[in-house]
Amino acid sequence: MSIRVQTAPFDPGAELNAVHAGNLSVGAVVTFTGYVRDINQDQSIQELFLEHYPGMTEKALAKIRDEALQRWPLIDAHILHRVGPLSLAEPIVFVATSSIHREAAFAACEFIMDYLKTRAPFWKKEQTASGTHWVDGRDSDSDAAARWDTTNKETR
Amino acid sequence: MLTVQFLARYREALNCESEQLPWQEEWQTLDDVRQFLVARDGVWAVLNDPRIMCALNQDVCSLQTPLKAGDELAFFPMVTGG
Repeated sequence: MSIRVQTAPFDPGAELNAVHAGNLSVGAVVTFTGYVRDINQDQSIQELFLEHYPGMTEKALAKIRDEALQRWPLIDAHILHRVGPLSLAEPIVFVATSSIHREAAFAACEFIMDYLKTRAPFWKKEQTASGTHWVDGRDSDSDAAARWDTTNKETR
Repeated sequence: MLTVQFLARYREALNCESEQLPWQEEWQTLDDVRQFLVARDGVWAVLNDPRIMCALNQDVCSLQTPLKAGDELAFFPMVTGG
């Protein structure tokens, strides 16, 4: 898979199995799956729309993946992200990192999500009973990404 | 020429997805272009967002990044994917 941006829904279990299948040197796979939840900031969500910047999106994700591969001894790293209209409870994002031992896969998966949250060109628009609105960026996401500026495999 | 893209909340506020601007010799950084656009007044004040993000040729950069004629710029609000 490596990098995929798609409007179609996906099955995280099938994606995980595909990451492991065909590579017997994989000893550990860490995955993160993000879902559309029903409540955000006390408002009931009916639907979510994900806008992106075609052209830049896959390039930005590839850059984040490359950086993870440079920082940790990974066998591979995969990022899958939905765009367009999403229904409640559907998976939005799937990240999988594989390695021989678990440490690298754990750290790299977290790193990829932290960087994706602050550098990949996606924007969420929520549909609630009172209309649609853009989701605001969070400073806590910027803080989470910033800690990797000084932290890498040598110090973790 | 310079191609400028606007995304998400900015695209809606400006009712503009993309614009071609004739190159101006005094432009040195993305912030110079941002200020040129803000000077149009009205809805363009949306680009005064203190948390504005930008990209040069489809790579995230800072407002202080230098640019040249022919580049593709993008201005967008903080990203909210994942």
